[in-house]
Amino acid sequence: MIWLDTLVQGILLGGLYALFAAGLSLVFGIMRLVNLAHGDLIVFAAYLVLLGVTLLGLSPWIAALVAMPLMFGLGWLLQTVVLNRVLGKDILPPLLVTFGLSVALQNGLLEAFSADSRRIPAGALEGASLDLGLVTVGVMPLLTFASAIVVIVALNGLFYHTALGRAFRATSDDAVTAGLMGIEPKRIFAIATGLAMVVVTIAALYLGMRSNFDPAIGPARLIYAFEAVIIGGLGSLWGTLAGGVIIGVAQTFGAAVNPEWQILAGHVAFLIVMLLKPRGLFPRAVD
Amino acid sequence: MYSLTTRTRAGIVTAIAMLVLVIVGLALPAFASRSVIQDLFFILTMLTLAQLWNLLAGYGGLVSVGQQAFVGIGAYAMFAGVILLGWNPVWAIPLGGLAALMLAIPTAYFAFRLQGAYFAIGTWVIAEVTRLLVAQWKTLGGGTGTSLPREATSNILGTDLIRALFSVREAAARDILAYWLALVLVVAVTGGIYWLLRSRLGLALSAVRDNVEAARSVGVDAGRIKWAVFLIAAAATGLTGALIFLQTARISPDAAFAVTDWTAYVIFIVVIGGIGTIEGPILGVIVFFLLRSALADYGSWYLMTLGLIAIAVMLFAPKGLWGLISARSGLHLFPVRRKLVGPKIEGGI
Repeated sequence: MIWLDTLVQGILLGGLYALFAAGLSLVFGIMRLVNLAHGDLIVFAAYLVLLGVTLLGLSPWIAALVAMPLMFGLGWLLQTVVLNRVLGKDILPPLLVTFGLSVALQNGLLEAFSADSRRIPAGALEGASLDLGLVTVGVMPLLTFASAIVVIVALNGLFYHTALGRAFRATSDDAVTAGLMGIEPKRIFAIATGLAMVVVTIAALYLGMRSNFDPAIGPARLIYAFEAVIIGGLGSLWGTLAGGVIIGVAQTFGAAVNPEWQILAGHVAFLIVMLLKPRGLFPRAVD
Repeated sequence: MYSLTTRTRAGIVTAIAMLVLVIVGLALPAFASRSVIQDLFFILTMLTLAQLWNLLAGYGGLVSVGQQAFVGIGAYAMFAGVILLGWNPVWAIPLGGLAALMLAIPTAYFAFRLQGAYFAIGTWVIAEVTRLLVAQWKTLGGGTGTSLPREATSNILGTDLIRALFSVREAAARDILAYWLALVLVVAVTGGIYWLLRSRLGLALSAVRDNVEAARSVGVDAGRIKWAVFLIAAAATGLTGALIFLQTARISPDAAFAVTDWTAYVIFIVVIGGIGTIEGPILGVIVFFLLRSALADYGSWYLMTLGLIAIAVMLFAPKGLWGLISARSGLHLFPVRRKLVGPKIEGGI
């Protein structure tokens, strides 16, 4: 019974990782850009939500709703002012720019909020749990997983049933030809990054409510997110969820054997998948 | 009658200037204070790491974010040689290079299946896995780390001679020894890379970086060259790691596998100085050290500034400071371009 419990906890944890990864997957799928600052942007958004809660006295959910348009604007600006200038055939400049951003953001947050670990107060939800007969699950992990599914369904709907989604897919397949058809790739990229930041805000909300966070934890979230994206395969959001679940399950099982092995087990699972299927489990786009 | 050469006047002048600098550098402990020697040790080891990362990313097109794996494993192997095998720390340094080489083989096998950005994160994951595994190694202190034993640090090869020579204390003698070794290492690494770039392998390397298909079509084995560069850089990075932690004499997984110290700083040095040149990392490490001294009292502002400068450089001067200087003046201190020399051809149009 303990193993069933571990499995369920792992799957639910995977929902959080899928939320971390969805924004990254979106940007990566459309413009082949790896944003090394993704993890730090999640932490940044978590502080933004926290500010809304502590300074304005909002509930976390409302604070996240307020933070979403701000983060969209930030993503749009980041893409327009910085990232669009360095996108090209050479992958080195965007990697280095986002790496610089990651370090600058981490230390900016450290300066602004100190190294103390913080938490977004979630009220009664914090300790609440639900008895499902065989296993008992926390309400918060369940909400996280449900949100991950909602985010993925919404993004897939956007991708396959709207004009904007068509533009996303066209730009992803061939930015030059899309340009000939009257799509402006740079504008599309800016919207995509803005959208990714909205997803980042949702991820940040759960990150902050479920556990403590401090300015230094961004890079580790980036790695989990990236592992989930690669395991799932480029361009497949459901694949990203599967990737998140694989890492989550590996981590909880690792932790069940020896608490020190939690993170290690997740990485090892990633390495094994990578050795067996270098392009991920459900690759859609060709890279 | 005609021949290909990479020799230029600037190159010869640089070579002579470098020779003088190295001789002055070797004699420096006779005049300089201990803190100067420590600063120079830091500069030289960072320069070595920067040259090696530049070889990988700037010439080999392999953007690794996981070089801290080789610094860390090199340092830990040195500690293992001293603590478990009872070796003299100086002899244990090559063990660091060997361990890094051994780690580089499975790393390359795994990471070379990944392209571009995948490769960058793949190397980072392997560095994390190595850090977490080493933290399980209880005899070397586990997660909290350990120090070199007193009897080992007081008996380092050559320190007796240095103490007699400069009449300094034991700790200062260890700093001088480490500094000399760092000087030798940086000269060997920079010289080695320079030699490599002027050799056939270097020509093949530039060809692969500029256009893989074209290089393959003239018979360059791109895969083998990437392997060679990756293994060489890893082994030398391991040696550097062992040397760095010989000087500090204290190790922990977080310090030895620090992504900030051994990869972020190094990337910033190369980017700010100018990627894909030998001059770039040299200029970069000077700028880096000056910034560090100027902003030392401002804590995290320093790293933030460094990150922002790196972004600005990538946006406005992608070839770095040396790229700007070189484009204005046409100067190449370490020329690697081949040109045809011989008698002038008369006539023509």
